[in-house]
Amino acid sequence: MSSTRLTRKAGPYALLVPAILVLVVGMAYPLGRQLVLSFHEFGRAQQFGQPAPWVGLDNYRELVTDRTMWTVIARSLAFCLVNASITMVVGTLVAVLMKRVATAPRLILQISMLLAWAMPVIAAMTAWQWLFDTRYGLVNWTLQKLGFNSFDGHNWLIDPLSFFFVASVIIIWMSVPFVAFTAYAALTQVSEETLEASHLDGATAIQRFRHIVYPTIKPVLTIVMLLQIVWDLRVFAQINFLQNVGGTPSETHLLGTYIYTLGIGQNDYGSASAMAMFVLVLTLALTFRYVRSLLKEEPR
Amino acid sequence: MNARARLWGAVAIVLAIIWAFPVYWIFNSAFQPVEALRSPNPSFLPDFSASGFGRVFDESFVDSLKLSLTVTLLAIVAAVLCGFVAAVAISRFRFRGRRSFIFTVLAIQMIPPEALFISQYKMLNDWGLLNSVVGLGLLYTALILPFTVWMLRGFVDGIPIDLEEAAMTDGCSRTRAFFTITFPLLAPGLVASSVYGFLQAWNEYTLAVVVMDPSNRTLPLWLKGLTDVSNEAVDWPAVMAGATLVAAPVIILFMIVQNRMTSGMVGGAVKG
Repeated sequence: MSSTRLTRKAGPYALLVPAILVLVVGMAYPLGRQLVLSFHEFGRAQQFGQPAPWVGLDNYRELVTDRTMWTVIARSLAFCLVNASITMVVGTLVAVLMKRVATAPRLILQISMLLAWAMPVIAAMTAWQWLFDTRYGLVNWTLQKLGFNSFDGHNWLIDPLSFFFVASVIIIWMSVPFVAFTAYAALTQVSEETLEASHLDGATAIQRFRHIVYPTIKPVLTIVMLLQIVWDLRVFAQINFLQNVGGTPSETHLLGTYIYTLGIGQNDYGSASAMAMFVLVLTLALTFRYVRSLLKEEPR
Repeated sequence: MNARARLWGAVAIVLAIIWAFPVYWIFNSAFQPVEALRSPNPSFLPDFSASGFGRVFDESFVDSLKLSLTVTLLAIVAAVLCGFVAAVAISRFRFRGRRSFIFTVLAIQMIPPEALFISQYKMLNDWGLLNSVVGLGLLYTALILPFTVWMLRGFVDGIPIDLEEAAMTDGCSRTRAFFTITFPLLAPGLVASSVYGFLQAWNEYTLAVVVMDPSNRTLPLWLKGLTDVSNEAVDWPAVMAGATLVAAPVIILFMIVQNRMTSGMVGGAVKG
C-alpha cells in the first residue's frame, strides 16, 4: 500500500495549491511588501506618486528612539502582561471553583461563562459602553447608590488610566471563560486516587496542590498563558471602539491602534510597516516553541 | 451539605451572575421604552410591550446583513474547499515539505491582523479592491484558512484508512474510494469547520474597519455605528436590540461547537 502512496508524487502537492495560493495572496505577499516598505520612506508625498527613497534601518531606528513609539510599545506590553496575568489567575481560580462545587452551581457557572465567551466582540463592547455610560450607565448609578456621589455623570474614558481600567475589565471578562474551561478540563485529568492517598498520608491542601495538581495542569496552563499574551497584544477592536466612544487617542494608543493611525490616518506607511514588523516578529518569537511542539508528533 | 460547600456554591452563583450580567443587560435594555433608559433609575426587568427591535430593523440593517452574509459565506466556502483538500494532503500523504507546510500554517495562525493590515490595505488599494466584498472576502479566507486546515486534518485523521484500502482491493480507484467511503464520514468535520469560519468572519471587526468604507458596513461596524451619534441622541433600546440580533446566531452556534474548539486549541498541549 505504501508503495502506491509513494508513487503518487504530484498528488499531494496539487492538493496544497489552493491553500497555498490563498495564503500567499492574503498573507505572504503583503508581508513581503511590508518588509520592503519598512526600509523605505513612504509618506504622503509617495502616496501621490513620488518615488519612495530607501532609508535602510531608519524606520526601525526611529522605533527605539522615538518617544511616542517607545511609549506605545512599553504601554502595550504592560497592558498585555497585566491583563494576561489577571486573566490567568482569575480563570484558574474559577476552574478550581468549578471542580469544588456541586453539579448544579457548576452548571450554572459554566453556562454563564459560555454566554460571555460566545458574545461577539462588538456586541459585548456595546453592552459595556452602555454599562459605563456617563449619564445613564448602570455602573455610575450603582456607585452613587452605594454613596459615591462623585460618580454622578462621571466619565470613565477621559482619564487614560481609567480608560485602560475599563478596557481591562472588558478584556478580562471576555478572556476568563476560555482559561477557566481549559484549566477545568486539565483539572479533571488529575488523578483522584493519588490525591486521596496523599491526603491519607497527611499531605496538606497546599502540598497536594504543589506536588500533584500543579504538575498535571502546568503544561496546559503554560500554553494558555502564551495564547493569552498573544491575544492581549491584539486588542485593536476593543481599544479602537473605546477611543471612538470617548478616549483621548494620543494617550491611549496600543500597538494596533497606533499602527492604524500612523499608516492609514497619517499616511506614514514606512514607520507603520516597521512597527507592524515588530509586532509580527514579537508574536512569532513568542509562539515559535509552542508551534514547534505541536509538530512533535508529526511523522517525518 | 456542609457550610463550606454551601459557601463555595454561593461564590459560584455570584460569579455566574457577574459574568452573565452584561449579556442579560443587553437583552433587558432591548426591551425597554426609550424613556425608561433615560430615567434616573434603571429598570431591571424587560418590558415586552416595548422594544427597540422595530426601530433597528431598517434598510441599513438589511444592507449590512446582506454584506455580512455574502462576505462570510464567500470566506467559508473558499476556506473550507481549500482547507479540505490541503487537509487530505497532509493527512493521507507523506511527502517532502509536509512538515514545513504544517509549521507554516500553524505559525501564520499566530500572526495578529494588526501586524499585517497596513500592507493588506495597501495591496487592496493597488488592486482597486478596497471597500469590496472580494477584497474583504480574500482577507477573511486567509484569516480562517489556517485553523480550518488544522481542524479538518484532525477529522480526516480520525477516519481509518483501512476502509478506503478495503474498497480499493475491491477494485475502486483511490479517488473513488475516498469519495464514496471517507467523504460522507467527514460531514461533521465540514460542518464544524464551517461554523468556526462563520463565527470568525461574522464577528470580525479589525479588518472590516481597515478595508471598508463607512457607507458599506458589515454588521459589527453597523452595530458600532448606532452609537456614533451624540450621547444624548443614542437610542439605547435600539442599540441593544441590534446587539441582540448580531449576537443571537453566534451564541447558538457557539454552544454547539464549543467543545471541539476548546480541545482543538489546546490539543497539542494535552497530548504532549
